Amino acid sequence: MEKIPILRMGSFLLVTIQVDMHDRLAVQLQDDLTQNISDHDATGVLIDISSLEIVDSFIGRMLANIAAMARVLDAETVVVGMQPAVAITLVELGMSLSGVRTALNVESGMELLYEIRGNFHSDQDNEISQA
Amino acid sequence: MSRLPEILRQHESEIYANWLREMTSAVRRSDLLSEKQLQGESKELLTAIVEGAKSGDVANLENPAWEPAKELLQSVSARRAQSGFSPSETATYILSLKRPIFEAIRKELGAKADELFSEIWTATLMIDKLALITAEAFQSTREQLITRQQQDMLELSTPVVKLWDGILALPIIGTLDSARTQVVMESLLGAVVQTNSRVAIIDITGVPTVDTLVAQHLLKTITAARLMGAECIISGVRPQIAQTIVHLGIDLSQVITKAKLSDAFALALQKSGRAVVRTTPERSPVLGNRLAANKEPKE
Repeated sequence: MEKIPILRMGSFLLVTIQVDMHDRLAVQLQDDLTQNISDHDATGVLIDISSLEIVDSFIGRMLANIAAMARVLDAETVVVGMQPAVAITLVELGMSLSGVRTALNVESGMELLYEIRGNFHSDQDNEISQA
Repeated sequence: MSRLPEILRQHESEIYANWLREMTSAVRRSDLLSEKQLQGESKELLTAIVEGAKSGDVANLENPAWEPAKELLQSVSARRAQSGFSPSETATYILSLKRPIFEAIRKELGAKADELFSEIWTATLMIDKLALITAEAFQSTREQLITRQQQDMLELSTPVVKLWDGILALPIIGTLDSARTQVVMESLLGAVVQTNSRVAIIDITGVPTVDTLVAQHLLKTITAARLMGAECIISGVRPQIAQTIVHLGIDLSQVITKAKLSDAFALALQKSGRAVVRTTPERSPVLGNRLAANKEPKE
């Protein structure tokens, strides 16, 4: 079964959505991501949706939900690289994703996360490097 | 059975010559159409009309035999609408065919008053219908022209300007309606992606009135830009507009608003970690020295 990979970068998690999102994939991503956040004590989640060309209200709500869930687990979510057409569609659907932070691309998204969280490398990493 | 088709066929060259003479200077407009073009056009049209009349259905242009004549007439009329003929000039072109045809009919049936009258009536019906087709084609061409110009204006009126690296400005001139908002939104978001801009300034100095609908459209655009990771600043809010916004109860608390474009630009520079500094010291105007007015933004 196809799955969206979740990469760990220090204390941040990087999710790149490169396939068309269908509903089951979205639910699967929610499960995986929350599991990963708690497993790795992640403090930031970066979701790159630059290859996502089609959205519906379900995917929009899923993005908002992921951000809300991450916040409960004490992690900030940044959605980056939204296409103009996708943004217009979400606005027309009445979804402003007010709880989600956004950035233009992965680079500025990482900067934003770093600004919010400060510590790019988690304590665990330091322990490993010390050992 | 009408004798008109036969008369038309027999007198075709004569009608053509008379028709050309009939088209006086008012219709000719040699500045818009050359003599040669006019002759060619008229000859072709007359032949098509004679062909159409052959069907026997002289006054009924629905007959398929009339199709070539109708098409030709429509294209002639459309061409004239595009090159700037007036509607009456275009209509007179086909209406001036009346007299030559009537003359030809009189030549044939001059002695028989009853037949003469009925043939003239048939010819009138035919030419009137042709004239109506001309007018319709003229009108529809003009309408297409207007629609295209409206679209052009829509695109021209929403320029996105790059003020600095990462700072865009969008001066909106004129009222924002749904169709324009769509264009504004698309061009702004496209420019945000293209130039990698984090701040976009929407300047509404040129928007005459802001009502709830316009405000809603603005908010939509701002939300869409935010979703992509760009921040929007509204500038150019005139005092009256500020009053209207508050009176209407429009909530702009989520949006940064500035009175002037320069204020918004200063804020945008600040947000991107830049500042405007003076490079030469300001001198007293009393001494007559020129003021160092060039405020160059420095990174």
